[in-house]
Amino acid sequence: MHEMGICDGILKSALEAAEAEGATRINHIDVTFGELTQIVEDALQFAFEVQRADTIAAEATLGITILEGRSRCMDCSAEFKHDRYEVKCPECGSYLCSLIQGRELRIDSIDVD
Amino acid sequence: MKIDISKGILAHNDALAEENRQLFKESGTFVVDLMASPGAGKTSTILATIAALRDRYRIAVIEGDIASRVDAEKISRHGIPAVQINTGGACHLESAMIRRAAGALDLDEIDLLIIENVGNLVCPTDFDLGEHAKVMILSVPEGDDKPLKYPGIFAISEAVILNKCDTMSVFDFNRESFDEVVKGLNPTAPIFPISATKGDGVDAWCDWLTARIEAMRAAE
Repeated sequence: MHEMGICDGILKSALEAAEAEGATRINHIDVTFGELTQIVEDALQFAFEVQRADTIAAEATLGITILEGRSRCMDCSAEFKHDRYEVKCPECGSYLCSLIQGRELRIDSIDVD
Repeated sequence: MKIDISKGILAHNDALAEENRQLFKESGTFVVDLMASPGAGKTSTILATIAALRDRYRIAVIEGDIASRVDAEKISRHGIPAVQINTGGACHLESAMIRRAAGALDLDEIDLLIIENVGNLVCPTDFDLGEHAKVMILSVPEGDDKPLKYPGIFAISEAVILNKCDTMSVFDFNRESFDEVVKGLNPTAPIFPISATKGDGVDAWCDWLTARIEAMRAAE
Protein backbone atom coordinates (compact mmCIF):
# COMPACT_ATOMS: atom_id res chain seq x y z
CA MET A 1 0.00 0.00 0.00
CA HIS A 2 2.66 2.51 -1.03
CA GLU A 3 0.03 4.35 -3.07
CA MET A 4 -0.27 6.79 -0.12
CA GLY A 5 3.35 7.85 -0.72
CA ILE A 6 2.79 8.03 -4.49
CA CYS A 7 -0.35 10.11 -3.98
CA ASP A 8 1.50 12.43 -1.63
CA GLY A 9 3.99 13.06 -4.47
CA ILE A 10 1.16 13.80 -6.90
CA LEU A 11 -0.54 16.26 -4.56
CA LYS A 12 2.72 18.02 -3.64
CA SER A 13 3.58 18.65 -7.31
CA ALA A 14 0.02 19.70 -8.17
CA LEU A 15 -0.30 22.10 -5.23
CA GLU A 16 3.11 23.64 -5.93
CA ALA A 17 2.25 24.20 -9.60
CA ALA A 18 -1.18 25.63 -8.74
CA GLU A 19 0.29 27.98 -6.17
CA ALA A 20 2.92 29.21 -8.63
CA GLU A 21 0.11 30.20 -11.02
CA GLY A 22 -1.95 31.80 -8.24
CA ALA A 23 -4.78 29.29 -8.74
CA THR A 24 -7.47 28.98 -6.08
CA ARG A 25 -8.87 25.60 -7.01
CA ILE A 26 -7.64 22.42 -8.72
CA ASN A 27 -10.36 20.74 -10.82
CA HIS A 28 -8.48 17.83 -12.31
CA ILE A 29 -5.07 16.12 -12.22
CA ASP A 30 -3.77 13.86 -15.00
CA VAL A 31 -1.13 11.24 -14.22
CA THR A 32 0.49 8.43 -16.20
CA PHE A 33 2.02 5.26 -14.95
CA GLY A 34 3.52 2.19 -16.55
CA GLU A 35 2.08 -1.29 -16.21
CA LEU A 36 5.38 -2.53 -14.81
CA THR A 37 5.27 -0.31 -11.73
CA GLN A 38 3.67 -1.57 -8.55
CA ILE A 39 0.71 0.82 -8.65
CA VAL A 40 -2.81 -0.51 -8.08
CA GLU A 41 -5.25 1.90 -9.75
CA ASP A 42 -8.07 1.48 -7.21
CA ALA A 43 -5.67 1.93 -4.29
CA LEU A 44 -4.35 5.13 -5.87
CA GLN A 45 -7.88 6.54 -6.37
CA PHE A 46 -8.68 5.69 -2.76
CA ALA A 47 -5.51 7.34 -1.47
CA PHE A 48 -6.33 10.41 -3.57
CA GLU A 49 -9.83 10.71 -2.13
CA VAL A 50 -8.43 10.59 1.40
CA GLN A 51 -5.47 12.92 0.89
CA ARG A 52 -7.10 15.66 -1.24
CA ALA A 53 -9.29 16.73 1.72
CA ASP A 54 -8.56 20.17 3.19
CA THR A 55 -6.54 21.29 0.16
CA ILE A 56 -7.53 23.36 -2.89
CA ALA A 57 -7.78 20.00 -4.66
CA ALA A 58 -10.57 18.80 -2.31
CA GLU A 59 -13.03 18.54 -5.23
CA ALA A 60 -10.52 17.46 -7.86
CA THR A 61 -10.73 14.31 -9.98
CA LEU A 62 -7.76 12.13 -10.86
CA GLY A 63 -7.29 10.92 -14.44
CA ILE A 64 -5.01 7.89 -14.78
CA THR A 65 -3.41 6.78 -18.06
CA ILE A 66 -1.68 3.40 -18.00
CA LEU A 67 1.12 2.64 -20.46
CA GLU A 68 1.79 -0.93 -21.55
CA GLY A 69 5.25 -2.46 -21.29
CA ARG A 70 7.38 -2.11 -24.44
CA SER A 71 10.92 -3.31 -25.04
CA ARG A 72 13.52 -3.42 -27.78
CA CYS A 73 15.37 -6.66 -28.50
CA MET A 74 19.13 -6.17 -28.18
CA ASP A 75 19.81 -9.05 -30.58
CA CYS A 76 17.49 -8.30 -33.52
CA SER A 77 16.29 -4.73 -32.68
CA ALA A 78 12.59 -5.67 -32.88
CA GLU A 79 10.26 -3.55 -30.76
CA PHE A 80 7.39 -5.32 -29.04
CA LYS A 81 4.82 -4.96 -26.26
CA HIS A 82 4.69 -7.37 -23.33
CA ASP A 83 3.07 -8.00 -19.98
CA ARG A 84 4.88 -7.75 -16.66
CA TYR A 85 5.67 -11.46 -16.50
CA GLU A 86 7.93 -12.18 -19.41
CA VAL A 87 10.10 -9.97 -21.57
CA LYS A 88 11.03 -12.18 -24.50
CA CYS A 89 11.46 -11.11 -28.12
CA PRO A 90 8.59 -12.53 -30.22
CA GLU A 91 10.78 -12.36 -33.35
CA CYS A 92 13.95 -14.19 -32.32
CA GLY A 93 13.16 -15.52 -28.83
CA SER A 94 15.95 -13.58 -27.10
CA TYR A 95 15.60 -12.55 -23.47
CA LEU A 96 18.14 -9.75 -23.85
CA CYS A 97 15.81 -6.81 -24.20
CA SER A 98 15.91 -3.23 -23.07
CA LEU A 99 12.79 -1.64 -21.63
CA ILE A 100 11.59 1.47 -23.47
CA GLN A 101 8.22 1.97 -21.78
CA GLY A 102 6.35 0.67 -18.75
CA ARG A 103 8.02 2.03 -15.61
CA GLU A 104 6.68 5.61 -15.83
CA LEU A 105 5.38 7.40 -12.74
CA ARG A 106 4.55 10.86 -14.00
CA ILE A 107 2.26 13.78 -13.27
CA ASP A 108 1.25 15.26 -16.63
CA SER A 109 -0.92 18.32 -16.04
CA ILE A 110 -3.50 19.94 -13.83
CA ASP A 111 -6.64 21.94 -14.59
CA VAL A 112 -7.17 24.92 -12.29
CA ASP A 113 -9.33 28.00 -11.73
CA MET B 1 -6.85 26.71 -17.15
CA LYS B 2 -4.56 23.80 -17.89
CA ILE B 3 -1.02 23.78 -16.47
CA ASP B 4 1.56 21.35 -17.87
CA ILE B 5 3.76 19.74 -15.24
CA SER B 6 5.30 16.64 -16.87
CA LYS B 7 7.52 15.49 -14.06
CA GLY B 8 8.11 12.31 -12.12
CA ILE B 9 5.67 11.69 -9.28
CA LEU B 10 8.59 10.54 -7.19
CA ALA B 11 10.75 13.50 -8.29
CA HIS B 12 11.27 14.53 -4.67
CA ASN B 13 12.43 11.01 -3.69
CA ASP B 14 14.55 10.66 -6.84
CA ALA B 15 16.28 14.02 -6.32
CA LEU B 16 17.22 13.05 -2.76
CA ALA B 17 18.35 9.62 -3.99
CA GLU B 18 20.66 11.38 -6.45
CA GLU B 19 22.09 13.45 -3.57
CA ASN B 20 22.63 10.24 -1.59
CA ARG B 21 24.40 8.71 -4.60
CA GLN B 22 26.71 11.74 -4.70
CA LEU B 23 27.47 11.41 -0.97
CA PHE B 24 28.30 7.72 -1.40
CA LYS B 25 30.49 8.52 -4.38
CA GLU B 26 32.46 11.12 -2.42
CA SER B 27 33.12 8.66 0.40
CA GLY B 28 33.77 5.71 -1.96
CA THR B 29 31.05 3.67 -0.27
CA PHE B 30 29.33 0.89 -2.23
CA VAL B 31 25.66 0.62 -1.25
CA VAL B 32 23.44 -2.41 -1.71
CA ASP B 33 19.68 -2.42 -1.01
CA LEU B 34 18.54 -5.89 0.13
CA MET B 35 14.84 -6.59 -0.34
CA ALA B 36 12.79 -9.65 0.68
CA SER B 37 9.66 -10.87 2.46
CA PRO B 38 9.55 -10.87 6.27
CA GLY B 39 11.36 -13.98 7.44
CA ALA B 40 13.23 -14.72 4.20
CA GLY B 41 16.54 -14.37 6.04
CA LYS B 42 17.68 -10.82 5.25
CA THR B 43 19.46 -10.37 8.58
CA SER B 44 21.00 -13.88 8.46
CA THR B 45 22.24 -13.22 4.91
CA ILE B 46 23.74 -9.91 6.06
CA LEU B 47 25.50 -11.64 8.97
CA ALA B 48 26.88 -14.30 6.61
CA THR B 49 28.03 -11.56 4.21
CA ILE B 50 29.72 -9.68 7.06
CA ALA B 51 31.53 -12.86 8.16
CA ALA B 52 32.81 -13.44 4.62
CA LEU B 53 33.84 -9.88 3.76
CA ARG B 54 34.74 -8.11 7.04
CA ASP B 55 38.48 -8.74 6.63
CA ARG B 56 38.43 -7.12 3.21
CA TYR B 57 35.95 -4.25 3.63
CA ARG B 58 34.77 -1.91 6.38
CA ILE B 59 31.04 -2.66 6.56
CA ALA B 60 28.01 -0.88 8.08
CA VAL B 61 24.31 -1.69 8.00
CA ILE B 62 21.11 0.36 7.87
CA GLU B 63 18.17 -1.66 9.18
CA GLY B 64 14.66 -0.77 8.02
CA ASP B 65 11.75 -2.11 10.04
CA ILE B 66 8.27 -0.95 10.91
CA ALA B 67 9.19 -1.15 14.60
CA SER B 68 11.84 -2.40 17.09
CA ARG B 69 15.65 -2.33 17.29
CA VAL B 70 16.03 -6.11 17.22
CA ASP B 71 17.91 -6.28 13.91
CA ALA B 72 20.31 -3.39 14.57
CA GLU B 73 21.19 -4.95 17.93
CA LYS B 74 21.86 -8.31 16.26
CA ILE B 75 24.29 -6.64 13.83
CA SER B 76 25.94 -4.44 16.50
CA ARG B 77 26.76 -7.53 18.57
CA HIS B 78 29.15 -8.48 15.76
CA GLY B 79 31.02 -5.20 16.12
CA ILE B 80 29.55 -3.68 12.96
CA PRO B 81 28.06 -0.15 12.99
CA ALA B 82 24.28 -0.42 12.55
CA VAL B 83 21.59 2.26 12.35
CA GLN B 84 17.95 1.33 12.82
CA ILE B 85 15.21 3.12 10.90
CA ASN B 86 11.69 2.59 12.20
CA THR B 87 9.21 3.50 9.50
CA GLY B 88 6.30 3.40 11.97
CA GLY B 89 4.01 1.54 9.58
CA ALA B 90 5.38 2.53 6.18
CA CYS B 91 5.98 -0.51 4.01
CA HIS B 92 9.23 0.58 2.34
CA LEU B 93 12.27 2.85 2.78
CA GLU B 94 12.58 6.20 0.99
CA SER B 95 15.66 8.22 0.12
CA ALA B 96 15.07 10.81 2.87
CA MET B 97 15.19 8.08 5.52
CA ILE B 98 18.50 6.82 4.10
CA ARG B 99 19.89 10.34 4.20
CA ARG B 100 19.03 10.68 7.91
CA ALA B 101 20.43 7.24 8.73
CA ALA B 102 23.61 7.86 6.72
CA GLY B 103 24.10 11.03 8.76
CA ALA B 104 24.57 8.86 11.84
CA LEU B 105 27.42 6.94 10.15
CA ASP B 106 30.96 8.02 9.29
CA LEU B 107 30.72 7.24 5.55
CA ASP B 108 34.43 7.97 4.98
CA GLU B 109 35.17 4.94 7.16
CA ILE B 110 32.76 2.62 5.32
CA ASP B 111 33.50 0.64 2.14
CA LEU B 112 30.28 -1.35 2.00
CA LEU B 113 26.92 -0.15 3.28
CA ILE B 114 24.16 -2.76 3.35
CA ILE B 115 20.58 -1.49 3.56
CA GLU B 116 18.04 -4.00 4.84
CA ASN B 117 14.73 -2.83 3.41
CA VAL B 118 11.37 -3.40 5.13
CA GLY B 119 10.11 -6.97 4.61
CA ASN B 120 7.87 -6.63 1.55
CA LEU B 121 7.98 -7.92 -2.05
CA VAL B 122 5.99 -5.05 -3.58
CA CYS B 123 6.51 -1.51 -2.34
CA PRO B 124 10.33 -1.16 -2.12
CA THR B 125 10.70 -1.77 -5.86
CA ASP B 126 9.51 1.68 -6.99
CA PHE B 127 11.81 3.71 -4.70
CA ASP B 128 15.35 4.72 -5.62
CA LEU B 129 17.43 5.14 -2.45
CA GLY B 130 20.66 6.15 -4.16
CA GLU B 131 22.04 2.62 -3.92
CA HIS B 132 24.41 1.02 -6.44
CA ALA B 133 22.50 -2.26 -6.63
CA LYS B 134 19.15 -3.63 -5.59
CA VAL B 135 19.34 -7.31 -4.68
CA MET B 136 16.49 -9.53 -3.53
CA ILE B 137 16.30 -12.65 -1.41
CA LEU B 138 13.64 -15.30 -1.79
CA SER B 139 13.61 -18.18 0.66
CA VAL B 140 12.74 -21.71 -0.40
CA PRO B 141 9.75 -22.11 1.99
CA GLU B 142 8.02 -19.17 0.23
CA GLY B 143 7.63 -21.36 -2.85
CA ASP B 144 8.90 -21.50 -6.44
CA ASP B 145 5.82 -19.63 -7.76
CA LYS B 146 6.77 -16.28 -6.18
CA PRO B 147 8.33 -14.77 -9.35
CA LEU B 148 4.94 -15.24 -11.00
CA LYS B 149 3.10 -13.56 -8.15
CA TYR B 150 5.57 -10.71 -7.53
CA PRO B 151 7.21 -10.13 -10.92
CA GLY B 152 8.17 -6.49 -10.29
CA ILE B 153 10.81 -7.13 -7.65
CA PHE B 154 12.41 -9.96 -9.65
CA ALA B 155 12.53 -7.74 -12.73
CA ILE B 156 14.38 -4.84 -11.10
CA SER B 157 16.84 -6.81 -8.91
CA GLU B 158 20.40 -7.09 -10.20
CA ALA B 159 20.86 -10.42 -8.45
CA VAL B 160 18.55 -12.94 -6.80
CA ILE B 161 19.62 -14.81 -3.67
CA LEU B 162 17.72 -18.04 -3.03
CA ASN B 163 18.05 -18.66 0.71
CA LYS B 164 17.32 -21.69 2.93
CA CYS B 165 18.39 -24.02 0.12
CA ASP B 166 19.01 -26.76 2.68
CA THR B 167 15.19 -27.12 2.95
CA MET B 168 14.63 -27.60 -0.80
CA SER B 169 13.46 -31.24 -0.56
CA VAL B 170 11.14 -30.58 2.39
CA PHE B 171 9.25 -27.85 0.54
CA ASP B 172 9.20 -29.57 -2.86
CA PHE B 173 10.73 -26.47 -4.44
CA ASN B 174 11.08 -26.80 -8.22
CA ARG B 175 14.40 -25.10 -8.94
CA GLU B 176 14.14 -25.59 -12.69
CA SER B 177 10.78 -23.89 -13.02
CA PHE B 178 11.90 -21.10 -10.64
CA ASP B 179 15.02 -20.40 -12.72
CA GLU B 180 13.01 -20.41 -15.94
CA VAL B 181 10.51 -17.81 -14.71
CA VAL B 182 13.24 -15.60 -13.22
CA LYS B 183 15.11 -15.74 -16.52
CA GLY B 184 11.99 -14.58 -18.36
CA LEU B 185 11.63 -11.62 -16.01
CA ASN B 186 15.28 -10.75 -15.75
CA PRO B 187 17.68 -12.59 -18.07
CA THR B 188 20.86 -10.96 -16.75
CA ALA B 189 20.36 -11.47 -12.99
CA PRO B 190 22.44 -14.28 -11.51
CA ILE B 191 20.73 -16.58 -8.99
CA PHE B 192 22.75 -17.47 -5.88
CA PRO B 193 21.47 -20.51 -3.97
CA ILE B 194 22.63 -20.17 -0.36
CA SER B 195 21.97 -21.36 3.14
CA ALA B 196 22.81 -18.26 5.15
CA THR B 197 22.88 -19.86 8.58
CA LYS B 198 25.04 -22.78 7.42
CA GLY B 199 27.25 -20.72 5.11
CA ASP B 200 26.61 -22.81 1.97
CA GLY B 201 26.84 -20.85 -1.29
CA VAL B 202 27.71 -17.57 0.47
CA ASP B 203 31.09 -17.40 -1.30
CA ALA B 204 29.58 -17.14 -4.80
CA TRP B 205 27.28 -14.31 -3.69
CA CYS B 206 30.17 -12.51 -1.97
CA ASP B 207 32.39 -12.95 -5.06
CA TRP B 208 29.71 -11.21 -7.15
CA LEU B 209 29.39 -8.42 -4.58
CA THR B 210 33.17 -8.02 -4.40
CA ALA B 211 33.36 -7.80 -8.21
CA ARG B 212 30.70 -5.04 -8.16
CA ILE B 213 32.53 -3.10 -5.43
CA GLU B 214 35.85 -3.37 -7.26
CA ALA B 215 34.22 -2.33 -10.56
CA MET B 216 32.86 0.81 -8.84
CA ARG B 217 36.31 1.60 -7.44
CA ALA B 218 38.01 1.03 -10.79
CA ALA B 219 35.56 3.43 -12.46
CA GLU B 220 36.44 6.26 -10.06
